[in-house]
Amino acid sequence: MKLLVCISKTPDTTAKIAFNGDNTKLETAGITFIMNPYDEWYALVKAIEIQEKWGGSVSVLHVGPSENDSIIRKALAIGATDAYRIDTEAVSADQVAFQMASFIQQHAFDIIFTGKETIDYNGAEVGGRMAAQLNLPFISFASHLDIVAENEAVVKRDMEGGTETIQVNTPFVISAAKGMAEQRIPNMKGIMTAKSKPLNVVTPQKYSPKISIVSHELPPAKKAVQYIDPENMAELARLLREEAKVI
Amino acid sequence: MVLVFVETENGKVRKAALEAVYYGYLTAQKLGTSCQALLLGNAEDATSLGLYGATLVHQNDSISFNFFDNQVYSAAIAQAAKKLEASVVILSHSSNGKSLIGNVAYLLDAGSVSAAIDIPETDKGFSVRKGVYSSKALVNIEINTTVKVVSVLGNSLQISVVGANVEVQPITLDVLQPGIKVLSVDKLQSNVTPLPEAERVVSGGRGLKGPENWGIVEELADVLHATTACSRPVSDADWRPHHEHVGQTGIAIRPNLYIAIGISGAIQHLAGVNNSKTIVVINKDPEAPFFKSANYGVVGDLFDIVPKLTAAIKNLNA
Repeated sequence: MKLLVCISKTPDTTAKIAFNGDNTKLETAGITFIMNPYDEWYALVKAIEIQEKWGGSVSVLHVGPSENDSIIRKALAIGATDAYRIDTEAVSADQVAFQMASFIQQHAFDIIFTGKETIDYNGAEVGGRMAAQLNLPFISFASHLDIVAENEAVVKRDMEGGTETIQVNTPFVISAAKGMAEQRIPNMKGIMTAKSKPLNVVTPQKYSPKISIVSHELPPAKKAVQYIDPENMAELARLLREEAKVI
Repeated sequence: MVLVFVETENGKVRKAALEAVYYGYLTAQKLGTSCQALLLGNAEDATSLGLYGATLVHQNDSISFNFFDNQVYSAAIAQAAKKLEASVVILSHSSNGKSLIGNVAYLLDAGSVSAAIDIPETDKGFSVRKGVYSSKALVNIEINTTVKVVSVLGNSLQISVVGANVEVQPITLDVLQPGIKVLSVDKLQSNVTPLPEAERVVSGGRGLKGPENWGIVEELADVLHATTACSRPVSDADWRPHHEHVGQTGIAIRPNLYIAIGISGAIQHLAGVNNSKTIVVINKDPEAPFFKSANYGVVGDLFDIVPKLTAAIKNLNA
């Protein structure tokens, strides 16, 4: 099977968030960037598991400048076969989806994976936009994926208070949530071979993004916690009703 | 016109859909236009969408809508939006809404913002506010296209009655044949409000020491009419089902009240819950990082405190 995993770059989960002077861009000094965890832990590892069982290849696709190559190399070290980097800054979900889908249209992939969302803009839009442009089925928030035949999969999808089990034929687009696979740490052999795996640079298509960032702000500071005597839960109940007005 | 896609469940309109309609109504007011609703499938209470601001409900009840197929739903919503000349399309930021937004926006050649928490700013342009970096910051995003698609984060606004029951009118659409087959739908406890929609959530962590101790969490949730949740280590250990896990890798929620019992408050957990309006933290460790994000904190033995809080709330309700 020819599998494709779309990966993006995000600030580390524990990063302290601040913005530049006019609040339009993230202040990147002191921030460690990582591969978006949903892309890495669930989408990429699941694709590698399928390739290990069914053969074929796992390609990774990324939109970003060459300074992001270290993230792509990590995906190769974890076990991807080869990589493609579309050489332009990622500015919006619609732009990233357009660039990726335009690349995918020139190739034939059986399954196109994304993470369920990125941990920076938390939009969950790229998968659906790509599926629409490619005119393929899109299954979101998949927690299980079983290949049952060469061109057929059974997928479990998370939804409010439960799961749905879906049968789908390849090709399709899928977004991966927790449960799909277990995180893999690259080993020394993987890191060494990653250096010689192909990382192809792709020229971007012309495109004008459909949204623009006006400004960022930090949420208002929280008031200091009010401690309640553990022996006086009547007081907490009263505060929840009269002060917080939530019960 | 502002068109709101209405999600249903078990033949009824979902709470998230009422919020979306009310959001659509407030947006339409700002734009000086009307808010109409689109219903795919059936809902016995569809006329009541008028109460929250829809002036008309368009319905198509093709059997293709019996199960959720992203392609089928997206195509139908986009088609209805074109046919009705909607300038703004509103969705709920639910699991289905999140799947639809990118697809619908692409089909309408529209810019989109998902998980909006406020009514759009329309004085100059059309800008929408949402949380980013797992709620560590907010962003205002301008949509540059003629048609705009927005999904509304659950529990972001308090709905109120602004109209009366309205007419449900059939709409003809070219409905696609499903490209996937839904084999089964497994829902747990359908009488409990799903976590993303819950106004009150009582959540347990490792401090509870084992699944056999969850009775006190459930009893507190019961008196509060709250939904139960848990931290990641708890769902990883299979003490509680996976779908109860709130946090960065689980579900992100925004209830009015979040009570964290025996949860230390790792940054990944906070990322999923720190948008809650009021946070109560009960923990025996006074150094637990969660206290920094709490409105009310109780330091002590949860096995002693939680039943006392349950009793106090029962008293208050009596």
